[in-house]
Amino acid sequence: MRRVAQWTATAVLAFAVYLVLATFTGPWGLWAPDELLAGLVIALVVALATGMFVWARGDWRVLQPKRWLLFLVYILGPFPLAMAKANLDVAWRVITGKIRPGIVKFNPNLKTDLGRTFLANSITLTPGTLTVDVDEGTGDFYVHWINVTNESPTPEDVCGPFPSWARRVAE
Amino acid sequence: MIVELGFGAAAVALLAFALVCTIRLAVGPTAADRAVALDTINTLVVATMVVVGAAFRLVVLMDVALVYALLSYVGTLYIARYLEGGSW
Amino acid sequence: MNALIYALLAVGTVFNGLGALALIRFPDVYTRIHGATKCTTFGSIFSLLGVAVYGIWQGGGMGGTMAVRAFLALIFLLLTNPTGSHALARAAHRSGIKPFRAVVDRLEEKK
Repeated sequence: MRRVAQWTATAVLAFAVYLVLATFTGPWGLWAPDELLAGLVIALVVALATGMFVWARGDWRVLQPKRWLLFLVYILGPFPLAMAKANLDVAWRVITGKIRPGIVKFNPNLKTDLGRTFLANSITLTPGTLTVDVDEGTGDFYVHWINVTNESPTPEDVCGPFPSWARRVAE
Repeated sequence: MIVELGFGAAAVALLAFALVCTIRLAVGPTAADRAVALDTINTLVVATMVVVGAAFRLVVLMDVALVYALLSYVGTLYIARYLEGGSW
Repeated sequence: MNALIYALLAVGTVFNGLGALALIRFPDVYTRIHGATKCTTFGSIFSLLGVAVYGIWQGGGMGGTMAVRAFLALIFLLLTNPTGSHALARAAHRSGIKPFRAVVDRLEEKK
């Protein structure tokens, strides 16, 4: 039963990706029938081959629509702002060459793989920080910080509101 | 007509930046530097392909760009694994 | 509409150039990864948004296909670039490269 659920979820996701890739093949921006058939067959094959690995670590949370909405809010609201600030910051440092680098450690208390991946990617794309390593046992983040102001920082010092966003979206 | 010219200019500029990255690829003191330069060049090549596809109105180039983006990512991961050494 | 496309392309090209410059100018691997990843991801997003706006503006089958492809390439870059740079940074640290003039290195202390 669990196996079948895994296969079905993977097949639906793969088919959705195929549909996005194959838009505008039919009239009025829809899909041609042979594209639909090919997509269905490919999605089934992919699901049978990889279904049991995709959900192996219990990331069912991805399928809750509430999280999609929160993720959309995140990707349109605070994230682009932080990214723009990050780029202006890096541009300033490229031109002036003022850096004070170091690798700091902090623990944002995230339990799941999904939450950690989310936070690590957010950290890498936002001001002055770059995730170097994550301790899978304790959940410690090792972050290369281009302008160290505090050698033993709290999560909020390094990446502002992102840990709470990661908790809201992914945990 | 004029917009296509703008896309062409952007594509030439992006290719010039990829050439600048090639300097780091050639002189970078460690293997990790070279891998970073290669990663940057990959991103620039993806952007260039999409922009050139818009300039010449060739959708095929954008398909190639999508596949290139995914394959270059897998390549970067393998190079990183190789640099790490130790257990796989 | 032309002005919007030009603006997006110009911003994208400038940030991509900054990324290439950062790759040349910064002193060690980690800071180079900082500059290269952030700037090229941000710049590529703007370039691809320019293409997407152009596709929507053109309309029809080809324009729509262009816009969808550009958006997909954008999403792939946004997902894969930070992950790749994270893998490279970890590989660099494990192969024994020290951060240049580091104030503090907690990862080294752990070992």
